[in-house]
Amino acid sequence: MDSGDTAWLLISAALVLLMTPGLALFYGGMVRSKSVLNMMMMCFGAIGVVGVLWLIYGYSIAYGDSLGYLLGDPGEFFGLSGLMGPDSAGEYALEGTVPASVDVAFQAMFAVITVALIAGAIADRARYGAWLLFAAVWATLVYFPVAHWVWGGGWVEEIGTVDFAGGTAVHINSGAAALALAVVLGRRKGWLKEPMKPHNLPLVMLGAALLWFGWFGFNAGSAYAADGVAGIATVNTFGATAAAMLGWLLIERIRDGHPTSLGAASGIVAGLVGITPAAAHVDVWGGLAIGFVAGILCALAVGLKYKLGYDDSLDVVGIHMVGGLVGTAMIGLVATEAIDGENNGLFYGGGIELFGLQLVGAIGVMIYSFVLALIIGFAIQKTIGFRVSEDVEVGGIDENEHAEVGYEFGPSGSRRVAAATSAGAGAGPKTEGSKA
Amino acid sequence: MKLITAIIKPFTLEDVRSALERLGVLGMTVTEVQGYGRQKGHTEVYRGAEYAVDFVSKMRIEVVTEDSTAERVIEAITNAAHTGKIGDGKVWASPVDTVVRVRTGERGTDAL
Repeated sequence: MDSGDTAWLLISAALVLLMTPGLALFYGGMVRSKSVLNMMMMCFGAIGVVGVLWLIYGYSIAYGDSLGYLLGDPGEFFGLSGLMGPDSAGEYALEGTVPASVDVAFQAMFAVITVALIAGAIADRARYGAWLLFAAVWATLVYFPVAHWVWGGGWVEEIGTVDFAGGTAVHINSGAAALALAVVLGRRKGWLKEPMKPHNLPLVMLGAALLWFGWFGFNAGSAYAADGVAGIATVNTFGATAAAMLGWLLIERIRDGHPTSLGAASGIVAGLVGITPAAAHVDVWGGLAIGFVAGILCALAVGLKYKLGYDDSLDVVGIHMVGGLVGTAMIGLVATEAIDGENNGLFYGGGIELFGLQLVGAIGVMIYSFVLALIIGFAIQKTIGFRVSEDVEVGGIDENEHAEVGYEFGPSGSRRVAAATSAGAGAGPKTEGSKA
Repeated sequence: MKLITAIIKPFTLEDVRSALERLGVLGMTVTEVQGYGRQKGHTEVYRGAEYAVDFVSKMRIEVVTEDSTAERVIEAITNAAHTGKIGDGKVWASPVDTVVRVRTGERGTDAL
């Protein structure tokens, strides 16, 4: 065990966890004020559901002994058996140079945010219980196995697709599922007719800042060591992201006439997504190029939904799927042996083979995630129902699904109603003489 | 008595308020409002999606005053809110029958 590596991974786990509340702010500011809490709650809900499942069997499906390169043995580490306590000799199980428990915690945060990312596609209109059910089933059938494909010894890793920190496993995966759910739930009422503007751009900027901050844990933590590889990943996570923000703003300046704060925040996220799979495989030129291209292509891609007619409300497809594809594919062009010691992309004399492998891994994950999300989504829609009623959607999902409102400006004309359920609190008629 | 209502540009509010104070106007009610006249709205762009915002943010000031000072109040507001650019606003006066001060029950000009 290496204490420096362990310390860095422990911190990285906390950094990556913070990304999901950061995402909640990023998404929450982009919806209308009547649904800000629901949007944030969908993200927080993913922490609850996916976090618990990860500890019970998710880690084992991702990192257990490979069953046909498709998934890990769910029984091997069920309930983290054998990973937590010291053995009879007092030794803790290791994953590389860090305790296995630290690996479990670090990777848990990836599972959580991958699911939370999907929520942006179905803003304002999903029943909360149905969303949590989707989160549980999709994590079980898609994220945990795909994490195994990419990092746990599954087929994507075996054929040689390079994904340093989650371009395929996290971003293409969540983006494809988001597209499927946008199709399952359909467009919001009034889409393209009523204004659906972001209600709080400072929240979006704060969310982007927290995402960037946490992403240093996401990418540099994926080095699994406090070393030079983590350093490369840190520089690229900074540089590519800065370049992506510039790329997005450049497109806006040319196309719309104004560089916007939403564009800056979106460009930041597009750059972070793009550099994720490549963070420790490219030099500074490769990193800047990936970021700049991701910023430009994502800025163009977010307009596609209007042409194609699907309401991916917060552009999960345009940013995470497209950004993930850009980063994953460009590894095939700009990866360099000088940085990672094994891969050369097309522009560094490595031929076209790596580029092809990148596409195979990316497309495989994309199709699997899209199809499974479509099936799970329709199954939920046909049984318990996925979408809220029109009244709930128009009146505001916060008020109807959560019995709260995000903001109270001025007097609201509300009064306290005696609580029937809290014994002793109100001493109203209903609580008098009540027994447990 | 007269109710003077003025729709003005928000950034002129403090000038208008202090001008009325100098005239001896002892109170006013101010509301944030939206609307349009000859000045039209603006355009906003979010991730490339353009929105036309038709209503312009304005402040509405309401002052109840004696008939004899109404003209001077209108003049003070007009001068203070004037920039010469489109969208400076409007001022109008309407007759008021009764005013009651809630605390004391005083009526008419005593209640102003």
